[in-house]
Amino acid sequence: MYRLRDRYAIAGIGNTDYTKASGRTVRSLATEACLKAIADAGLDVSDVDGIVSFNFNDSAPAIGVATEMGIENAGYAVDFAAGGNGANLITLAACAAIEAGLAKTVVCFRAMNGRSGFRLGGGRDMSAYGVTQYTAPLGWITYPQAMAMWARRHMIDYGTNEDHWAEIAMTFRDNATRNPRAMQQKPMTKDDYLASRFIVDPFRMLDICLESDGACAVVITSSEHARDLKHKPVYIMGGAYGGGPTQGDDLFDAIRWPSHSHNCFKYLADDLWSSAGITSKDVDVAQIYDCFTYSVLMALEGLGFCKEGEGGPFVMDGRIRKDGALPLNTAGGLLSEAYIHGFNHVLEAVEQLRGDAGERQIEGAEICLTTAGAMTCGSAMILRN
Amino acid sequence: MDMPVSPTDYAGPLPVPDSESTPYWDGLRDHRLMLQRSAAGEYLFPPVTFSPGSLERPEWVEASGKGSVFSWIVVRHPVPRDIYADQVPYVVALVTLDEGCRIAANIVECALEDVKAGMALEIVYRPITDEITLPAFRPAGA
Repeated sequence: MYRLRDRYAIAGIGNTDYTKASGRTVRSLATEACLKAIADAGLDVSDVDGIVSFNFNDSAPAIGVATEMGIENAGYAVDFAAGGNGANLITLAACAAIEAGLAKTVVCFRAMNGRSGFRLGGGRDMSAYGVTQYTAPLGWITYPQAMAMWARRHMIDYGTNEDHWAEIAMTFRDNATRNPRAMQQKPMTKDDYLASRFIVDPFRMLDICLESDGACAVVITSSEHARDLKHKPVYIMGGAYGGGPTQGDDLFDAIRWPSHSHNCFKYLADDLWSSAGITSKDVDVAQIYDCFTYSVLMALEGLGFCKEGEGGPFVMDGRIRKDGALPLNTAGGLLSEAYIHGFNHVLEAVEQLRGDAGERQIEGAEICLTTAGAMTCGSAMILRN
Repeated sequence: MDMPVSPTDYAGPLPVPDSESTPYWDGLRDHRLMLQRSAAGEYLFPPVTFSPGSLERPEWVEASGKGSVFSWIVVRHPVPRDIYADQVPYVVALVTLDEGCRIAANIVECALEDVKAGMALEIVYRPITDEITLPAFRPAGA
């Protein structure tokens, strides 16, 4: 279990514009976000001695970004091979590295030309080696196709339906209308949702996240150090990384997964809440990894906000809207703000806890949950102000 | 909705058999569904070198080729377009085999709206090259 409650904090955040065509290298996007995060913290590049990222061979290596930024001695420069599950793992890894003395101040980033370059949602290498030899030749290739298989099973087990998914998509779009950074700011009605075409049943276009070019970064340092810096620190209360017993060779490999009606969060929930010393009832606002509408239900159920199978009814009646009991994805999420592989959720969490979220601000927000990942392995953090 | 059946039609990804999967693909080529079974009697898929949590080698046995629908999707948007544009809509399912493990396969000889959870299935063999035959399933007794 993560044992560093409140000892490390996010001291700075930075991001590029989120676009469909950056016209720039991924490395330069990463460098921009990292330098902005360092400046936001009131630090100089010379104060940073660690850099961590995660990628699918579609980003810039940490040492390359460190070079472009001019970090003189990047003691802890690490790239995790990870999908969306990495978006909270790297921040926890940064805390662990500082605790171990491998660095003092670490910048964490995710950068991608996810629309104009390597498209995660647009297909994969057409060779069929390893586990892919049993899936790709069937025309079962993309992440929407993978996740739709999970979503159907939840419908079979629990009667979940398009009304629940529409509510999630509409809620996050409504939040995005208050976010100048969001790539999709046009309000969405239920008719808009129902009229969007099926991509892979049971998913419509509006159940599937955006594809984005852009980068996000945060600066992590000790809480003691953070208290001397420019902003009020956002403390990392707790965190967890994990999954179940058959996580498979990659995120597509869920043939052996025990039940497609729950995902990794069922398995890491106890560690997460224990590490922070709170329960789900203490969460004021949450940023849930929403690569698809369905993944929100599995996170809410797995982490105990409701019982397995009750996620659909749980999100109805305004509960997850801005003025509801549990506001979710207040910047619009991966569905409507941008898809920076879930790292943009961490930035929104920090803005909410700083009280800097403008029109999106959840009044009195003190504790924010962030999650990362949607299938067999994932990560999550509890942040507080 | 049928997937292409003749070698000249197939433009999708070609499986690359390896030391774990060669008996599986050899079996399909001969129109037999071969599965691994551990010493404890558990059927395994995808193929492995060792039974879970051990260094024991599972044995290869011929399976019944019968199962039922665990979950399914209907692919309507082709990705990549140049390969699948004239294939959509098609069904991919996770099939729970009667032996207990799951396998992924296309469902054929069944209208899209007729696919149902728990529907009984039987295997059909779809050669795509001289060496590679893909598994597919159709409603049992169709």
